[in-house]
Amino acid sequence: MTEGVLVGWLKSPGETVRKGDVIAEVETDKGVIQVEAFVSGTLDKILVKPGTTTPVGTLLAIIREDGQAAPPPRAAMAASTTEPLPRRSPVITRDDDKSERMRRAIAAAMEHSKREIPHYYVSETIDMQAALDWLAGFNAKFPVAQRILYGTLLIKAAAMALRDFPEFNASWQNGRVVAHPSIHIGVAITLRSGGLVAPALRDADRQSLSEIMINVRDLAERAKSGSLRASDLSDATVTVTSLGDRGAESACAVIVPPQTAIIAFGRIVERPWAVEGRVVVRSTTMATLSADHRASDAHRGGLFLAAISRLLQAPAAL
Amino acid sequence: MSAQPKTGEGLRETILGILAEIAPEADLSRLKPEENLRDALDIDSLDFLHFASRLEQRLSIRIPETDYRKIATLAGCLGYLGSKTS
Repeated sequence: MTEGVLVGWLKSPGETVRKGDVIAEVETDKGVIQVEAFVSGTLDKILVKPGTTTPVGTLLAIIREDGQAAPPPRAAMAASTTEPLPRRSPVITRDDDKSERMRRAIAAAMEHSKREIPHYYVSETIDMQAALDWLAGFNAKFPVAQRILYGTLLIKAAAMALRDFPEFNASWQNGRVVAHPSIHIGVAITLRSGGLVAPALRDADRQSLSEIMINVRDLAERAKSGSLRASDLSDATVTVTSLGDRGAESACAVIVPPQTAIIAFGRIVERPWAVEGRVVVRSTTMATLSADHRASDAHRGGLFLAAISRLLQAPAAL
Repeated sequence: MSAQPKTGEGLRETILGILAEIAPEADLSRLKPEENLRDALDIDSLDFLHFASRLEQRLSIRIPETDYRKIATLAGCLGYLGSKTS
C-alpha cells in the first residue's frame, strides 16, 4: 500500500480526542481503514481535505496534547504477505477494480521484501494428532459459536515459542535487529474481494485459546467488512499464516517488512509416522519458517520450529 | 431467533439466506445441489463456522463438529437439517 484517499473526518478542529479514537477514514487498496488518534488531546488542525489522495506516512492532522505539540497521527498501513490464489468459482463475481488495486499493492510489497530481505527457509513436519484429539474433545462440549479452529492452537504455540526466540519477533532497523517487547501476531486473512491482509492479534502469547478465537473472528469480520483500523495493519511484529484445510501442504511465505519472520502452516495431512518403533497414521502439518538472514540463522530457525512442535504435543497447556 | 422452518422450501430459504449473508457477491441461483459449498462459494474455515453457527441459532438445533461433512453441500444440508427439524 502506497497511498490512500481521505474519505472524511469524524472529528472537527477543537474537539477533544482520546488515544484510540477513530478520527478519520481513508480508502486504500485494502479497503476503507479507520485512522486512530495516537495520543489524547485536542484536534488542533486538519491538514488534508476529504477526497485528497495522500501517500502513506502523510501528516493528516495535528493533535495538541496538554498544551504541547503531539506526535502526528499517520496513515500507517501494513503490507500483506503471501500470494493469494485466483478465485475461479463461476458462482462468484468480483469487483475487478478493487481486486486489481489489491493485486498491485501486494506486488509492490512483495517485490520490496524479496529485493531487500535475504530470506532463508526451514521446515518441520509436526504431529498434530494430540492437538486435534484434544480440540475434538473441547469442541464437543460447546455449540458452534464457542468452538475453536485448529489454527488457534497454531497461533498460540507460535506466540509462546517466540518468547524464547526474540530474533523472530523483531524488526530490522538501521542495520540491526530490534526485538519487540510484545508479541503481536499478524494473522493472514484472505479477503473475499481478493488479496489478503494480516492485521495484528495483540499480545497473542498472553491470550487464552478462546480469546484468540474471538479476536481472530473479530479481525476477520472487520477485515472483510473494511473496518480495520490503521493500527491493526501496522502493529504486527511477526506474521502467521495457516493455509487451511483446503490449502497446500506447505508454503515458503514472504516476510512482511520490517518484520524478520513469517511462519506458514500447511494443510493437515495424514502421514505414516513412527511411534515407539511402529508405523502409525497421524495427522500432521508442515510448518515453514521464512526468516531474515540478517537477523537470525537457520540453526535458530530449526530450534524455534521444534519449540512450536513441542508445545503442540501438550495442547491443554496452551 | 427465527422460527423453525418445517417445510423443505422454508429450510432451503433459510440455508440460502445464511449463505447470502456470508457470500453476498455469490449468485446462489447457479449453486448446484451437489457442489461443495466451500469450493463453490470460496468459504474459508471461519466463514464455514459462521454458517454452521447461524444454522444452529436459526433452526434451534445442535450440529456436532463430526457432522460438518454432512452439511458440505446444499443437498447434504437439506437432508441432514431436514431430519433434525422434522
